[in-house]
Amino acid sequence: MTDKIATRVAYGNALVEFAETYPELVVLDADLAGATKTQTFMDTYPERFFDMGISENNMMGVAAGLAACGLKPFATTFAMFAAGRSWEQVRNSIAYPHLNVKIVGSHGGLSVGEDGATHQCIEDFALMRAIPDMTVLCPCDAHEMRLATEALLNYDGPAYMRLGRLAVENVTDSVENYKFELGKSLQLRDGEDVTIIANGMMVQMALKAADLLKEQGVSARVINMHTIKPLDEEAVLKAAKETGCIVTSEEANILGGLGAAVSEYISGIYPVPVIRHGVRDEFGRSGKAPLVLEAYGLTPEMIAESAKESIQLKAD
Amino acid sequence: MKNTDVSELKKIANELRQSVIKMVYQAQSGHPGGSLSAAEIVTALYFREMNIDPQNPKWEDRDRFVLSKGHACPIQYAALAKRGYFDESELSTLRKEGSILQGHPDMKKTPGIDISTGSLGLGFPSATGMAIAAKRDGKDYRVFVVLGDGECQEGIVWEGAQVANKYQLDNLVIFVDNNNLQIDGTCDEVMPNIDLGKKFAAFGFEVYEINGNDMEQVVDVLDRIAEKRDSGKPKCIFADTVKGQGVSYMENQCDWHGKAPNTELYEQAMRELGGTL
Repeated sequence: MTDKIATRVAYGNALVEFAETYPELVVLDADLAGATKTQTFMDTYPERFFDMGISENNMMGVAAGLAACGLKPFATTFAMFAAGRSWEQVRNSIAYPHLNVKIVGSHGGLSVGEDGATHQCIEDFALMRAIPDMTVLCPCDAHEMRLATEALLNYDGPAYMRLGRLAVENVTDSVENYKFELGKSLQLRDGEDVTIIANGMMVQMALKAADLLKEQGVSARVINMHTIKPLDEEAVLKAAKETGCIVTSEEANILGGLGAAVSEYISGIYPVPVIRHGVRDEFGRSGKAPLVLEAYGLTPEMIAESAKESIQLKAD
Repeated sequence: MKNTDVSELKKIANELRQSVIKMVYQAQSGHPGGSLSAAEIVTALYFREMNIDPQNPKWEDRDRFVLSKGHACPIQYAALAKRGYFDESELSTLRKEGSILQGHPDMKKTPGIDISTGSLGLGFPSATGMAIAAKRDGKDYRVFVVLGDGECQEGIVWEGAQVANKYQLDNLVIFVDNNNLQIDGTCDEVMPNIDLGKKFAAFGFEVYEINGNDMEQVVDVLDRIAEKRDSGKPKCIFADTVKGQGVSYMENQCDWHGKAPNTELYEQAMRELGGTL
């Protein structure tokens, strides 16, 4: 474990790191460069950075035009505006024509904290997943974010990626020879009794939950499902067969996101109990991020409880 | 095609109008009114002004065309077919299952479509992105856009206009097809546009006002604009037009925004346009 770093910081650094290798990379932002961390790219490559001002819908359209002329635009703003406000532009101008635009939504989930519900996007996974042809991802730490950014640079098509505001522990940097692949999950811990499938900062919490469960004699597998779509169905099926029950955990509404993706898939092929841990279909609120997360049950303890619930269902 | 003369262009515009009527009649679906109002504009661009190569639709240095009022695609399809982007027999498949000619322009299905449009307002920002890309890559191509006046009620049009101003997109030319009709009535009734030309001027555009159904004026304004290629300002051609122009019963009638003629009216329209049935 190294010092905590926010995935948005890692994203901003990755853009600069890969700028020379990928000359077609251009970055757009909508007056949030300081917060989304595209600022360094803006300062380093001003001729490749386009600040669209406070007009996110327009930013998506401009990005589509740039992509139609062969560039690789990364259109960055808060998740709320990228996935929410601009949904139709993303669908019709980017996804439908399969344009090579990366839509990057920073400050996803409740960990936005003080800004409150208007800026805490908990619906981005569901909104973006619902669009045909859209790849959706939410890397869990800085190490993985760097790899994910490069993977997106090498993927020719539309994708949405969520960044987090809070600094988080690196948990994938100790994985030997970690080769990030879109749509291919990463098992961080093996276990027999239950599988916890998480993404974003819930991965770190899932690992802590596995520790708590271990103390109670429960063996939990932990899978980092950084790509929500396309889902790593093979890993989900294997988990269902080998552990017999699943908990999903995401910093998002439990409707339509990771939990839904796992449930939809497994219910049709190898039904096992799936408990969806996340925001229980309610809006967020202001407060220090850790306190807000705790208030909404986004804690290792609640993941562990969900795991036991899932195991109980399996036994029934 | 720079030398195509005005009388020839008028003839082509009339042929494209016939194609529009025939297509929409055969499909029994589509948008004739706004297609007809833009006939001179589309003709002048495809048969005189734009630097394009139908044999190489993805040519990197080509001028781009963005039909932001995408529902008027029958007129664009007619132009593309006549220029040889695809066989004219395809026109009879408009809007039908399996057709390369979708209800709204689709860059993945139709050769010659530079960007998918149809959801009003969305084409314009994409056009500014293309114009920015040209400047960034040091290319000479221009980006031509056709916007509807009703479409200008969409806020995103003005977000796009801000971009054109900020990046001094003098390689961007927009036509406002000002026919003053939208689905629910005249624009003045539904949501007054309040002096659109002045609005674009306020957003930093060089604005030219013409009669958009007068081929001499369309050609003339394009010539004048070409001379001001490097003025540092985006261009707006504010073109007064008649929705349904060329077919008497369609002219200035909201009803013909998105409706296909029956056989009797089809035959009448073709007679008025001097076409063969």
